[in-house]
Amino acid sequence: MRRLWDRVLKSYSFLVLAFLYIPIFSMIVFSFNDSRLTAVWRGFTLRWYVSLMSGSEVWGAFYNTIIVAVLVTLVSIMLGTATALAMSRYRFRGKNAFDAYLYIPIIIPEITEALSLLLLYVWAGVPLGLLTVVLGHLTFAIPFAALVIRSRMVGFDRSVEEAAQSMGANEIQTFFRVTLPIISTGVIAGALLAFTQSYDDFIKTAFTRGPGVNMLPTTIYNLARRGGVSPELNAVATIALSISIVMAILWQKFSTRK
Amino acid sequence: MITADYSISKVDQFNRLIQGVFTIDNYVAAFRGIYLTIFVRSLWIALATTVLCILLGYPVAYWIGVKAGKMKNLAMLLVIIPFWSSFLIRTYAMMSLLYRGGVMNQVLLQLNLIQEPLDLLYNPFSVMLGMVYNYLPYMILPLYASTEKLDMSLLEAGQSLGANHLRVFLRITLPLTRPGIMAGSILVFVPAVGEFVVPQLLGGTSSVMVGQLIWNQFQAYTGSWTFGSAASIVVVALVLALVMLFIKYVTKGEAFAI
Repeated sequence: MRRLWDRVLKSYSFLVLAFLYIPIFSMIVFSFNDSRLTAVWRGFTLRWYVSLMSGSEVWGAFYNTIIVAVLVTLVSIMLGTATALAMSRYRFRGKNAFDAYLYIPIIIPEITEALSLLLLYVWAGVPLGLLTVVLGHLTFAIPFAALVIRSRMVGFDRSVEEAAQSMGANEIQTFFRVTLPIISTGVIAGALLAFTQSYDDFIKTAFTRGPGVNMLPTTIYNLARRGGVSPELNAVATIALSISIVMAILWQKFSTRK
Repeated sequence: MITADYSISKVDQFNRLIQGVFTIDNYVAAFRGIYLTIFVRSLWIALATTVLCILLGYPVAYWIGVKAGKMKNLAMLLVIIPFWSSFLIRTYAMMSLLYRGGVMNQVLLQLNLIQEPLDLLYNPFSVMLGMVYNYLPYMILPLYASTEKLDMSLLEAGQSLGANHLRVFLRITLPLTRPGIMAGSILVFVPAVGEFVVPQLLGGTSSVMVGQLIWNQFQAYTGSWTFGSAASIVVVALVLALVMLFIKYVTKGEAFAI
């Protein structure tokens, strides 16, 4: 009886996991299909990927998205590490409020944040462009990076820093030679999270990019909205997805290791 | 920059656009017939998504956390990959599965279950399917964080004292995994209310959600920024009120781990 239940549970779990992958597989498989019209297999081809190479619209969008994601990652691990260090070490006025503030992006629907940002930019007279997208992404990337990095600092032994300093290391040397190596897996995890969030983000990107600034998610959205399903779009989405998959694998690697 | 985010933009919506004239017209408009229907529908879809994700995801999280053994890391990776991939791409993947020329229709045709391709897209069913598909990993991961910590000796103790499986589940397993259910519910419900991509790409005119209502106010030249802002403030207020009620009465103030 017990064995039977375990088997049922296992089969059920496999079915649900399959449900998560069937649409993705359908998309990937038919990005290699030698037919424009329907999802009937007509042989393997790379021509949708080749035609992608020649079209500059998607590449420009891809380039912009990577640039933004890299900038967002760099700034959020710097500020996120600083925030995490401050939060875990010092007591300061308003610390609880600040703590709650880090959770705001979780509790507010993204579209509201996105339009608040747009209104803020317009009010402040900031011209929309790549920079406003970066700033917009930072509003969620920094808090998440800080939360991840802080969660890895639990149990950090400060006596090793004191030891380094008593042996003559200055503050900067101590940080780079002692503190940073110890929290490095947390910082890497934070960086992966910041990169992926920026890379995947559609709503905030759509609201804060300027006219004529193409980003990968907005380009994919426009193509899906205008042309529906097409093998070219399957190819674009497959390339975009493969980067997310690499990030997810790296994340699992770093988050299971302390 | 982060701190400038909210407070200003709320005031801004009225000051900048109506030149200091205070009006509640936009809020009144938000509660008129058609819009009210959209609000109610969004809350309803988000609630249904949350409940379906719990029902579908709980057994999977239980299996990964308790029974998966050697397969645990692989199973976790299979949940993390969609968790890290963009909603937009996964929604497009669902589109590629369901459209008239898609795999689903081909399978049904091959099995002679249908003679003509069906319109599987652009109806309330495809929206619910897309919602559950996208949000399921957001439920499984926090649930897993709870099931992984389950102390099996407590379950065995319950059984050896004569409780049957159902009773053990209801009286021991469920209460112990409550924090995961709570965290998962908030992680799914809050963004689901404001969801834009899923109803936009998979839904028809019969399942317009508030995310689309707000989006449209900011995209078309005919859109009203002030009305869009008012609608989004109403959403935030509703979501915050519901989450607070939820924390007060359902979780009874329990801290939940995200």
